[in-house]
Amino acid sequence: MNAPAKTKVPTMNTIQTVNLALDEAMELDPNVILLGEDIADGQEGGIVGVTKGLSSKYGTARVRSTPISEQAIIGAAIGAAIVGMRPVAEIMLMNFTTVAMDMIVNHAAKLRYMSGGQTHVPLTIRTMTGAGFGTGGQHADYLEAWFAHTAGMKVVAPSSPADAYGLMLSCIFDDDPCLFIENMPTYWNPGAMPEAGKRIPLGKANVVREGSDVTVISYSRIFNDCAAVAAKLAGEGISVELIDLRTISPLDQATLLKSVAKTRRAVVVHEAVRNFGVGAEIAALLHEHLFGDLKSPVQRVGANHSPVPFSKTLEMAFVPQQSTIEAAIRRALG
Amino acid sequence: MNPESKVDKATLVDIYRRMALIQRSDDRFRAVIKSGKIVAPYYSPRGQEAIPAAVSVNLTHEDYICTIYRGIHDMLAKGVPSKLLWAEIAGKATGTCKGKGGPMHITHPESGVMVTTGIVGSSMPIANGLALAAQIRGEKRVAVAYFGDGASNIGAFHEALNMASVWKLPVVFVCQNNGYGEHTRYELATSAKQISDRAIGYQMPGVTIDGNDPLAVYAAAREAVARARAGEGPTLIEAKTFRFHGHVFGDADAYMGKGEKEAAMARDPVPLFRSWLVEGGVAEAELAALESAIDHEIDEAVAFALESPVPDLAELSTDVLAEEAV
Repeated sequence: MNAPAKTKVPTMNTIQTVNLALDEAMELDPNVILLGEDIADGQEGGIVGVTKGLSSKYGTARVRSTPISEQAIIGAAIGAAIVGMRPVAEIMLMNFTTVAMDMIVNHAAKLRYMSGGQTHVPLTIRTMTGAGFGTGGQHADYLEAWFAHTAGMKVVAPSSPADAYGLMLSCIFDDDPCLFIENMPTYWNPGAMPEAGKRIPLGKANVVREGSDVTVISYSRIFNDCAAVAAKLAGEGISVELIDLRTISPLDQATLLKSVAKTRRAVVVHEAVRNFGVGAEIAALLHEHLFGDLKSPVQRVGANHSPVPFSKTLEMAFVPQQSTIEAAIRRALG
Repeated sequence: MNPESKVDKATLVDIYRRMALIQRSDDRFRAVIKSGKIVAPYYSPRGQEAIPAAVSVNLTHEDYICTIYRGIHDMLAKGVPSKLLWAEIAGKATGTCKGKGGPMHITHPESGVMVTTGIVGSSMPIANGLALAAQIRGEKRVAVAYFGDGASNIGAFHEALNMASVWKLPVVFVCQNNGYGEHTRYELATSAKQISDRAIGYQMPGVTIDGNDPLAVYAAAREAVARARAGEGPTLIEAKTFRFHGHVFGDADAYMGKGEKEAAMARDPVPLFRSWLVEGGVAEAELAALESAIDHEIDEAVAFALESPVPDLAELSTDVLAEEAV
């Protein structure tokens, strides 16, 4: 018997989908501008090529390579945003946001409130991070808890190329400052094609897999490890409800509470260090609302409370692995 | 002051009106705060009136400013209505920012006051962005960043000046050098002989002028604003001045040199400029009428601020995000 002809399913990676979202937004609205180190084509369109082609298409007035000056980058983006532009500022690596914290936290996040609503800052900050590349202690941290703790901004962390596209479009056209976290080691992983023009709403979590025994809540790259573990456990008859937050702040409390009210067990998983993290906030929320209904304490999985180490052996031990996630789920199941 | 000045009389009187408005508003702010009727941290700009007054006559409402916590003079000179300013300082619902910003965060886009920051050095990077938007849109607007001498030692100053120069942004950096960064003397904290020397490193014109001389400020600002409007890039103006009431209201000034403040106050720029105008032929009665109108405006503003309601508690969680919290 002849084998059926293979039809190749088209895919895109996150570099391509974010590029596509930026391209479409720039096409749609002349107020969309891009700022960041090395982002124009003369500098190779960004260090991983996310902005490749955009300066050639829209010009270097709108797609600007900047000095290595994170405060000046975010400051310029804020100033342009409060007079109606929609800047997308790239802070190459999440650790470099530390250099611009005053601009992000004291200004971008607070100007709407401090001005009594007279101004607002429709700014998107793109940044990449994640362990796995051996970049050590200052290039791979997940710092989302700092920003989620800051009133006045939105924190978004997609787990797939298609989600990155839809969430990026929503961030650009949102009227608040959005921090958009891209995972560096998985930029090149192919995924399903995004639906053209479809924006994914901010502040809404995605119930990716329905289940009845335990809810696993995660976001960004490590969500995919959770999905793999859930698929494995399904083979043993363990039914995992899998939630991808997509937006960390504002947190979709309703979806989380509804799911855990049903499963009565929960595990929160992130790549950021475990202590004082987003997982602690979610665990507290679940305990506050569902204490009497829970069959076991909410489990938290996060990275080791240390800087990201360089040596591969240590780096692997730092980041939660699928085995760690699986063990936490089994603890929750009791 | 240069007696050869070719500035027309209407502009000179306009500069004086703005200086007198600042001086008289400041006198009243301090009195009202001292009385306890308004409780607010207050950073008096008294002594620095000439700088924003003479800069602002070169600007329109279309032009932007970013200023800092010692910025009441910059706001009044740019045209923020007294009533709204007073109500904001009083924390009332009728203030520019509904009482949610306070004196360190006054915002009034109608008059071009886009950001007031309480963080030293942070006015400059944001002014760049306002200028960037104007440049990309092909508008002729100019952005002015006000800051103090202390701010020229923070990283944001250097990042902002470099970026503005590389991109030839229509921005004017106005340093109000009052000789002290908080309680520390200029010489103890600043390596440059004068702050305008730092412009050289960023390949932009830099000038140091007597910030208490309205004509010197006017001329420098006029040139810098024209350069910015013509697309020729930024300028750094260092305007040397002195603050009469220390860092924050209630300051004991113990860190100052003996007699330094008294000497500066003896050269108060407001009465000096007034005398110069009268000597030059401006009618005493014209200035008196203008001062009387200012006093009336302030009386109304104080009454408005004190009588206005405090913000509704529902305001606590509005304006955090575009969508209200659920």
